[in-house]
Amino acid sequence: MTTPLLTVEGLTKHFPVRRGILRRQVGTVQAVTDVSFALQPGETLAVVGESGCGKSTLGRAILRLHEPSAGRVRLRDTDITALDRPQLRAARRHMQIIFQDPFGSLNPRMTVRETLAEPLLLHGLATPRSVRAEVDRLIELCELSRWHAERYPHEFSGGQRQRVGIARALATRPALIVCDEPVSALDVSVQAQIVNLLQDLQRELGIAYVFISHDLGVVRHIATRVAVMYLGRIVEEAATEALFARPRHPYTRTLIASAPRPDPTAARHRVPVRGGTPSAMALPSGCAFHPRCPLAIDRCRTERPELRRVGQSRAACHLAETVEDNAISAVSADSPALLRRLAILEQARAAAT
Amino acid sequence: MPEPVLSLGDLQVRFRSNRHVLRAVDGVGFDLMAGQTLGLVGESGCGKSVTSLAIMRLLPTPPAEIAGGRIIFEGKDLLQLSERRMRQLRGGRIGMIFQEPMTSLNPVYTCGDQIIESLRRHSGLSGKPARDRAIELLDLVGLPSPERRVDDYPHQLSGGQRQRVMIALALANDPAVLIADEPTTALDVTIQSQILDLLRELQERTGTAILMITHDLGVVAETCQAVAVMYAGTVVERGEVGALFADPQHPYTIGLMAAVPRMDTDRGRLVAIPGSVPPPWQPIAGCRFASRCPLADDRCRRDRPPLDAIAPGHEVACWKAPIDGDRP
Repeated sequence: MTTPLLTVEGLTKHFPVRRGILRRQVGTVQAVTDVSFALQPGETLAVVGESGCGKSTLGRAILRLHEPSAGRVRLRDTDITALDRPQLRAARRHMQIIFQDPFGSLNPRMTVRETLAEPLLLHGLATPRSVRAEVDRLIELCELSRWHAERYPHEFSGGQRQRVGIARALATRPALIVCDEPVSALDVSVQAQIVNLLQDLQRELGIAYVFISHDLGVVRHIATRVAVMYLGRIVEEAATEALFARPRHPYTRTLIASAPRPDPTAARHRVPVRGGTPSAMALPSGCAFHPRCPLAIDRCRTERPELRRVGQSRAACHLAETVEDNAISAVSADSPALLRRLAILEQARAAAT
Repeated sequence: MPEPVLSLGDLQVRFRSNRHVLRAVDGVGFDLMAGQTLGLVGESGCGKSVTSLAIMRLLPTPPAEIAGGRIIFEGKDLLQLSERRMRQLRGGRIGMIFQEPMTSLNPVYTCGDQIIESLRRHSGLSGKPARDRAIELLDLVGLPSPERRVDDYPHQLSGGQRQRVMIALALANDPAVLIADEPTTALDVTIQSQILDLLRELQERTGTAILMITHDLGVVAETCQAVAVMYAGTVVERGEVGALFADPQHPYTIGLMAAVPRMDTDRGRLVAIPGSVPPPWQPIAGCRFASRCPLADDRCRRDRPPLDAIAPGHEVACWKAPIDGDRP
């Protein structure tokens, strides 16, 4: 076993909730609680869950954009959580982040060239002499055109802007990139371009991704492993194939069964799930999922299940062994007509270039 | 032969700015049959939402201008009706739900008040009967403890609950048509599936026809009987849902289906559609998709392909269709 690139141990981030003029603490939002995992170089761990499950907070706590309340983050041999500010700034070179809407993270007054040059000069990765060539290399890597470099962020479409966001993250040659819903705001035809780009870059440069997403289709495509979060905790973690073939946690099953599938012939077998996610300020007793779980028994209401090994997976459910197989029982295939015609289009496209 | 309850023919919507004329909708037509759900699917900027706003006559004119076509609802052309008659139809015979219910519900009135107001306006109900009907509607859409929730303000509800209230409001006066513009896009998947189930159930019970505007082929597959695929302001393909998914004809439809990452098939690398949608101010003589289509030839760039039947009840606007054989 190689040493993991990233090790997260017991990572916790709780936000105090303050009210009134005295700003007294009236409660705590338990955004992330006791999250542990390891990530190998060049691997993609997807973190999935619904809004408010803590997946974005987790991503930020790993980079210490949110200061963790407890727990440790190690990048190779460096304990990120123990670094002081200057050391942290230097370590950030190796770990970068991409956001859902890069527009918010790009300086509107800087051209793409300036935006990309900044981290290169800041971290001493290029000299004023070599920076131009280095920026051109990044632009090419992210499949943008040369003339894009002299443009401003508002002149770009969503997909192009995300390419700029990726180029900026790549500038410092990081070993790890946290991708926070990077394709959620994009149309599917553009989304596919960006997913492919991320995969190509991983193959070429050996970057590891923590890929935060709510879209199981994208996750199945891009991830080597998947961690499912519910109300701040990982409830299941497994290799991607295992997770979809045999989800162990009832919440994972619910997520898989709920996602609409672009196949009108697929049988609907929804797991009825009641209500919505409870507030992270007032967590249910026992297993946090028990109020919505179709399988819940008395034990689930009182005793919180620990994340434990079940077959090839880790799952936090008292009943993980008894949960049925295969959430997507009828694995559907693409229509033969679609595949045949797609091949014709691809051939014509290849012939044209 | 079932009658369409809503029928669009050759709808043209333009926006005028100082520099350009934008053809947002350029010849859109479809029939929505009674009791059916028709999906209007396409990516951002394809004109699907402008089409729905044109049906409701909610586009600000200017800058928008309806330059042609007809919108026949229950035998009348909505484009010819007075604003007063339109106001009677909106929220009456035609209901609407939008993506973000928070922006379409009035934050200073309770959920009950808003439903009661609509009942008073369109069905002449008031007082206790109206309040009772409001509670009944909230119960119908599955809001827990409706007799208490009726006095809640929109901000006191979760996103999924607000969408339920929005649906109750839209269905208050037994509409013949419900226009649902991305009704589940802002919701989490478990809540989305609850809302889609609810719409299906309600349709079975009330027989309302639904125009489902969405970017999500999964939502189309799960809720619609018929579908029209839009690209750059035009319908490029339309037909019955089963036929369209099993036998997609237009290169754009094929590309769109191949680009969706699915969790139930393993296709390897995703197939992206290279390039992007032409800007709406760019005049295009031929096929709108020609600039991104690997099969496009001179004719495609010169002449606009009409929507032609390729099989019974399945039409495609492509000179090359079927791309893997000869036209039947």
